[in-house]
Amino acid sequence: MEFFERFAIPHPSPAIYASMVAIALTMVAIVAGLTYFKKWGYLWREWLTTVDHKRIGIMYLISALLMLFRGGADAIMLRAQLAVPENKLLDAQHYNEIFTTHGIVMILFMAMPFIIALMNFVVPLQIGARDVAFPRLNALSFWLFFMGAMLLNISFVVGGSPDAGWTSYFPLAGTEFSESVGSNYYMIAIQIAGIGTLMTGVNFLTTILRMRAPGMTLMKMPMFTWSVLVTNVIIVFAFPVLTVLLAMGTFDRLFATHFFTTTNGGMDMLWANLFWVWGHPEVYILILPAFGVYSEVISTFARRNLYGYKSMVASMVLISLLSFLVWTHHFFTMGQGALTNSIFSITTMAIAVPTGVKIFNWLLTLWKGKIEITTPMLYSLLFIPLFTIGGVTGVMLGMSAADYQYHNTMFLVAHFHMVIIPGVVFAMLAGLTYWWPKMFGFMLNERIGKWTAWIIGISTLVAFMPMFFSGLDGQARRMYTYSESTGYGPLNMISFIGAVGLAVGFVLIAYNVYYSVRYSPRNISADPWDARSLEWATHSPVPEYNFAIVPQVDSSEAFWDAKKKGHELFKGEYEKIHMPNNSGVPFLMSCIFFVWGFSLVFSMWIPAIAATIGILACMAHRSFEKDHGRYISVEEVEETESKLRGAS
Amino acid sequence: MKIDHSLPLEYSTEENRLKILGFWIFLGAEIMLFATLFASYFTLVDRTGSGPSGADIFEITPVLIETIVLLTSSFTIGLGVHAMRIGNKKAMLSFFAITLLLGAGFLGVEIYEFVHYAHIGAGIQTSAFTAILLTTLGTHGAHVTLGLLWGTAIILQVKKRGLTPETANKSFIFSLYWHFLDVVWIFIFSFVYLKGMM
Amino acid sequence: MKMKRAFLSVIFVLATVLAGCEPLMVLDPKGPQAERQAHDIMLSIGLMSIIVIVVFALLAFMLIKYRASKQSKDYEPPHIEGNIIVEAICVGIPILIVIFLSIVSVKSNYIVEAKPEGYGDKEPLVVYASSSNWKWHFSYPEENIETVNYLYIPTDRPLEFRLYSYGPITSFWIPQLGGQKYAMSDMITTLHLAADSPGEFMGRNANFSGKGFAENTFEVTAMPQAKFDEWVDEVKETAKPLTEEKFDELLEPGHLGRSTYTGTHLKFLPPPEGHHHGSGNSDEHSEDEHAEHQQSSESHKGSEHHSH
Repeated sequence: MEFFERFAIPHPSPAIYASMVAIALTMVAIVAGLTYFKKWGYLWREWLTTVDHKRIGIMYLISALLMLFRGGADAIMLRAQLAVPENKLLDAQHYNEIFTTHGIVMILFMAMPFIIALMNFVVPLQIGARDVAFPRLNALSFWLFFMGAMLLNISFVVGGSPDAGWTSYFPLAGTEFSESVGSNYYMIAIQIAGIGTLMTGVNFLTTILRMRAPGMTLMKMPMFTWSVLVTNVIIVFAFPVLTVLLAMGTFDRLFATHFFTTTNGGMDMLWANLFWVWGHPEVYILILPAFGVYSEVISTFARRNLYGYKSMVASMVLISLLSFLVWTHHFFTMGQGALTNSIFSITTMAIAVPTGVKIFNWLLTLWKGKIEITTPMLYSLLFIPLFTIGGVTGVMLGMSAADYQYHNTMFLVAHFHMVIIPGVVFAMLAGLTYWWPKMFGFMLNERIGKWTAWIIGISTLVAFMPMFFSGLDGQARRMYTYSESTGYGPLNMISFIGAVGLAVGFVLIAYNVYYSVRYSPRNISADPWDARSLEWATHSPVPEYNFAIVPQVDSSEAFWDAKKKGHELFKGEYEKIHMPNNSGVPFLMSCIFFVWGFSLVFSMWIPAIAATIGILACMAHRSFEKDHGRYISVEEVEETESKLRGAS
Repeated sequence: MKIDHSLPLEYSTEENRLKILGFWIFLGAEIMLFATLFASYFTLVDRTGSGPSGADIFEITPVLIETIVLLTSSFTIGLGVHAMRIGNKKAMLSFFAITLLLGAGFLGVEIYEFVHYAHIGAGIQTSAFTAILLTTLGTHGAHVTLGLLWGTAIILQVKKRGLTPETANKSFIFSLYWHFLDVVWIFIFSFVYLKGMM
Repeated sequence: MKMKRAFLSVIFVLATVLAGCEPLMVLDPKGPQAERQAHDIMLSIGLMSIIVIVVFALLAFMLIKYRASKQSKDYEPPHIEGNIIVEAICVGIPILIVIFLSIVSVKSNYIVEAKPEGYGDKEPLVVYASSSNWKWHFSYPEENIETVNYLYIPTDRPLEFRLYSYGPITSFWIPQLGGQKYAMSDMITTLHLAADSPGEFMGRNANFSGKGFAENTFEVTAMPQAKFDEWVDEVKETAKPLTEEKFDELLEPGHLGRSTYTGTHLKFLPPPEGHHHGSGNSDEHSEDEHAEHQQSSESHKGSEHHSH
């Protein structure tokens, strides 16, 4: 019986049972729907086996939006619990599980796939490539991420969620203090998703370094592509640290080793150090592509070239270097002494300089522009002031002596939400709205979009500004309750109202998608925003080969110059186009990875070994397979082109 | 598929060039992976708890055998790639086979070493030191194991399909991987074993 | 103006918060360390506000002046690559601010990591504060007493807390006396504090440590030295001795109220020896648990230099 007991949830509640039923019903509905509408074949051919970077991008996007709602629901529960003193809505254990899940989901399964979604969709188009360097690997990256995310997401109905915080510090996360399988899910689900991300890094570095259109030197790349290049360098160097770290954590939990335990030489500080050696660069992995999106959007709608292109690039490179040199600022209070703290305090504050350069460059891009406020632009304009608040509080946190007072408080929580929400989430929403017509061939409704942006912008302030004050008033983070005498009640109530506002904003996004699918006109041009870079030079939606003729580039705003100065982008004749074949193996292999992960979570060795053999078999299959891709004939290209030209 | 005959076979197509660059980037990630393991090793090396220290358990003979065997295998795969470049399929296959045999020899000695450690009370659960020691060695060993499987697959393909741009590319990338494992081992030999025995 | 609306909402939030509230705990310091930190905080808020205002003003200016609706239809924005002088200013001023803050930060680091100034030659009162799920144990080796979940301290005397944990990482924090520091299982960390005036302060574990974390608090009472001595004498007369069995019982996970003992657990369960990274050999502690009762009180003097 003991074997089966582990699958039960250690702390059941009506909400969890309701979720189980809801999940089961959704699954049944999906299966029934696919069967009824005979869509299984379509799903398999067009999506599960696809290696097209655009479709993979869209799948990343859908996953990210789903996870946004999952993480958002968690956030609402957290804020509702804290809205009034001594609330009985959640107990400590549930609260702990929810904030842990909220952190993991939002950072790793919402923000990461969101940036990778835009990366996937936009980068090959911006550099005039037909696909990424390794399309098959790209599919594997996505499916590994997806299976990792799903594995973590089932934790709360099978065996219990992780409950040691998204940082999962040992020894709290060790078997000594976390007996349930929750932290096993953490170690293994993130490992699987992380391997996927690492491969994305390898893939996009190769793509950007080798597959740019003729004439596009590094210093003529659009800023978003630059940001992705720098980001992927960080991914390649930071994610292996996570791989090792999670492996050691897994060993501690499954094989009773003593890396981080309290006995036999184990060292809890090693986890914290390695976690942030990965974790801090991870923050910049999220923010740099966001900066790239803002650069594109602001320059497009200021109708001007980006101010200070070179300093933008230099600042990103500098940020990427510094990002590896500041990890200790996450635990100034660990007792490493004044000297170490001083060094890391200075490196931390130094990051403000390149970041400040970027802010001023965006402001100067507006200068002498002809600013048109569209939804993506509105997000970008809201980003500048809000992110500045988040950014300067970051400098404050960087002062290590003062950090002794901010650390572990709501002040810190306010800071990183004021950085991540305006920095990353606004950018992703701006990017989503901006590139939506390129993805789907119609625009999102601008009126609803602007309302949404305002609601989200103001709600962000309402939700997180009060936390600066409650933090300075001594409210520690991750407390599931507080007494009335502390006086934190009103501030937390304001935060709750802000959180509800954010929820309304996110529901409006979903509504906008629905509304636009139904009512938005389909007869838009390929370049509805009058934009500047190559992705707008091809049709909307984009044909599978991206460009019928590979473009010739001679500036960082190739398409703009083509429009204004009459540069000819597409010279030459149609030729047959080589494309990769679809494959079901990445999906299958990731499914086996899911089984492998699930077996390890519950220490079921026989299925784990079987799954390992399965994974190796998939790799062997790939090695022996003869797959030389296929060609799209000139006639086929001509036909598609004339059809799309007619449509747009 | 455009084949550029002015370049060595393994570089002759664009896809091949992409794969080689991609693999170099992957090796960059691998360097970080082992760097993290080494950093953790140096952090935990004195934290032996109630278990033995490195000086207590390391033995020079098996380590020397492992080192010589692996260094030789790195040399033979170099010869293998050279044979491939001059188009001598038979010599190339022989050298690859010798490389894999040496790799298997290395792995055999390493397994003996692990069994020996477990036998004298230095298992993975003993202390932080033994955990990081066996994890670092084990990660390298797992790479070698994977290399053996991968190398076998490549030998079979070259045998069946001959030296094509595709198989040459695979063989070359495999040689990069194998050299990398050798470099990692040199670090392990110097900083884990020699430093530990001194 | 839409920006104005956003700006107003900021002001609104600030106003609701600031009106009718007591001073925020961290900004209401009662000791020299907390004072230094509050000073740094206010200083950085001031400087940062200037940056925020400059950015807001620039943004407002750009939006007012360069809106498409304000310009003629055929206006074509110019192509501007960048300007060395402008960019030098954008880099230079932040660098100056960061240098200034770095100097302040480094100075403060050495201040908060050292014995508080202004107490003459007075030896600091050493208190071992150890956490267990979800309690705090305070051992006063000098007075040879121990308390659980409450802390009495004399004013006008430096305090030196030696922190460690029987379990997850915790963080010892008394906001009004100074910032926090981690307590961990395999090394001792040292936190220097002092209280200037008598009063009651909130103390807590600030680092998430599991289910009972929210209630993992303790009360701090600062009093003049004479009163403190009186309290110590009273404890010695009335409290029961702390036995090993009793301490094991206290270590059991759970919440407890206040309690007081004579003797300290340091005698039978010495704190971890590792003060630095490295030689943390916690198994040895249990081996010589019962050895040398006097050892522990001597090791206090010996570990003065461990304040990193």
